[in-house]
Amino acid sequence: MSFTRAILAALTVGVLALAGCGSGNDPLREDTEQQNTSESGDSIIVGSANFPEAVLLGEIYAAALEAHDVDVQRKLNIGAREAYIKALEDGSIDLVPEYTGVLLQYFDKEATAAKPDEVYAALQEAVPDEFMVLEKSSAEDKDAVVVTRETAEKYDLKTIADLAPHAKDLVLGGPPEWKTRPTGVPGLKEVYGAEFKSFIPLDVAGPVTVAALKGGRVDAANLFTTQSAIEQNDFVVLEDPKLLFTAQNVVPLISKDKASETVVDTLNGISAKLDTPTLRDLVARVEVDKEDPATVAKDWLTENGLA
Amino acid sequence: MISELVAWLTDPAHWSGPEGIPQRLLEHLGYSLLALAIAALIGIPLGMYIGHTGRGTFLVAGLANALRALPTLGLLILVTLPLISRLPGNLGFLVPSIAVLVVLAVPPILTSTYAGVQGVDLAAKDAAYGMGMTGQEVLTKVEAPCALPLVFSGLRSAMLQIVATATIAAYVGLGGFGRYVLDGLAVRDYSQMLAGAVLVAALAVVVEVVLAGAQRLTVPRGLAVGARESRSR
Repeated sequence: MSFTRAILAALTVGVLALAGCGSGNDPLREDTEQQNTSESGDSIIVGSANFPEAVLLGEIYAAALEAHDVDVQRKLNIGAREAYIKALEDGSIDLVPEYTGVLLQYFDKEATAAKPDEVYAALQEAVPDEFMVLEKSSAEDKDAVVVTRETAEKYDLKTIADLAPHAKDLVLGGPPEWKTRPTGVPGLKEVYGAEFKSFIPLDVAGPVTVAALKGGRVDAANLFTTQSAIEQNDFVVLEDPKLLFTAQNVVPLISKDKASETVVDTLNGISAKLDTPTLRDLVARVEVDKEDPATVAKDWLTENGLA
Repeated sequence: MISELVAWLTDPAHWSGPEGIPQRLLEHLGYSLLALAIAALIGIPLGMYIGHTGRGTFLVAGLANALRALPTLGLLILVTLPLISRLPGNLGFLVPSIAVLVVLAVPPILTSTYAGVQGVDLAAKDAAYGMGMTGQEVLTKVEAPCALPLVFSGLRSAMLQIVATATIAAYVGLGGFGRYVLDGLAVRDYSQMLAGAVLVAALAVVVEVVLAGAQRLTVPRGLAVGARESRSR
């Protein structure tokens, strides 16, 4: 046991030392390069996480910046947050579309803010000095309680609060972690007084959940607000007036030395126009209709006079 | 890790209620026995027929082996999605789960049954026909009993796979020990996950011992594997 621990400790120290070398050397070298290029005009490398919505948002940023004569390079579809924040740190990307709630959680594990403005304010404090977040968009990709159109009409549901008095007759479906998570079954009970007849653990907003809700096996289910299945099946997203679910507004995260006036104005212009239903439509075109994210991004920008 | 596992398993709170170990055990055993019974009803008669007549051996052997290659979880989701809205209540989850377990269990039962029947000593079959038995009598009185040890080995290996794989029923919202594995994974509660895995393994061992005992009781003594080996030596 102690032998394995010693090996583990040695390995950890080794890896940390290596990581230290990496992050110590690269930014310095990249910094000088970056200054050289930024003096000769705006240039920016756009990255994104590896899921369709993130790639689409990356394309939207990239195409809008190109339309404003910024020299844009795309490095989309990189990977998980751990990977692309590293890339942002070492200067291999400069800009990435993010979500306020999860990004705050990434920089500050103890963060408790849930309301959009509070999360955004806390996030501005929490981002490391070399980065900044620009204006947040009203578009959110966050957890939601979703019902079918029939259920919504039958009980006249608009918000989760409307659901509470009928919850005892309804079955809730969601990922297994909802059973114990504060933003799951316990939170629905505590914040809204909604005690469901039963909870059925399904997949994480995947095909089984969608099929179970559509087929009436569950009456309400956890999906994400921009998920294309909502549009496809005419589901109703119940509003969350008491903000049980942490805000997840789309927000550009950018290296400070790349945030020129043109870049900032262009990206803020996008955030001002983008909202959740719009984003859901655009994501559906990519995910369901299999359109090229670049085309979808350009169409939307043109329609809104942003490119 | 081990002490956490022991703590989880010995916590009295985990031994009662709708999410307690006894309830999950009943669910897990229920799915497993139902799947085994259906698979046996399909596999044994079909295997007997093929072994007795020699018809369709090639087709069935190929098909059975192809079935074994199907990824069970993928099949489960494929079957669940269309059925979920067509069947009432829990059946929308239960029928697909049992169906994929049956698909998993039929090949070992089928192949070992027909191999057992086919492998019956030709001299014994000739003698039976010579005594004036009809084809059906030869099958039920000679071939079937002689094939029993192999049929049992098919049932046992099928049950082992079923018990291990019944964990996936939890993926579509059903119970069983798989609940502990999936729910533990979802909230990074690794002692719960490990407890689920250990319970599945323990159940597999117990079921294997019980089936081995059943085999001992039902297979005629002269045909028991040990007896045959000692005789041929």
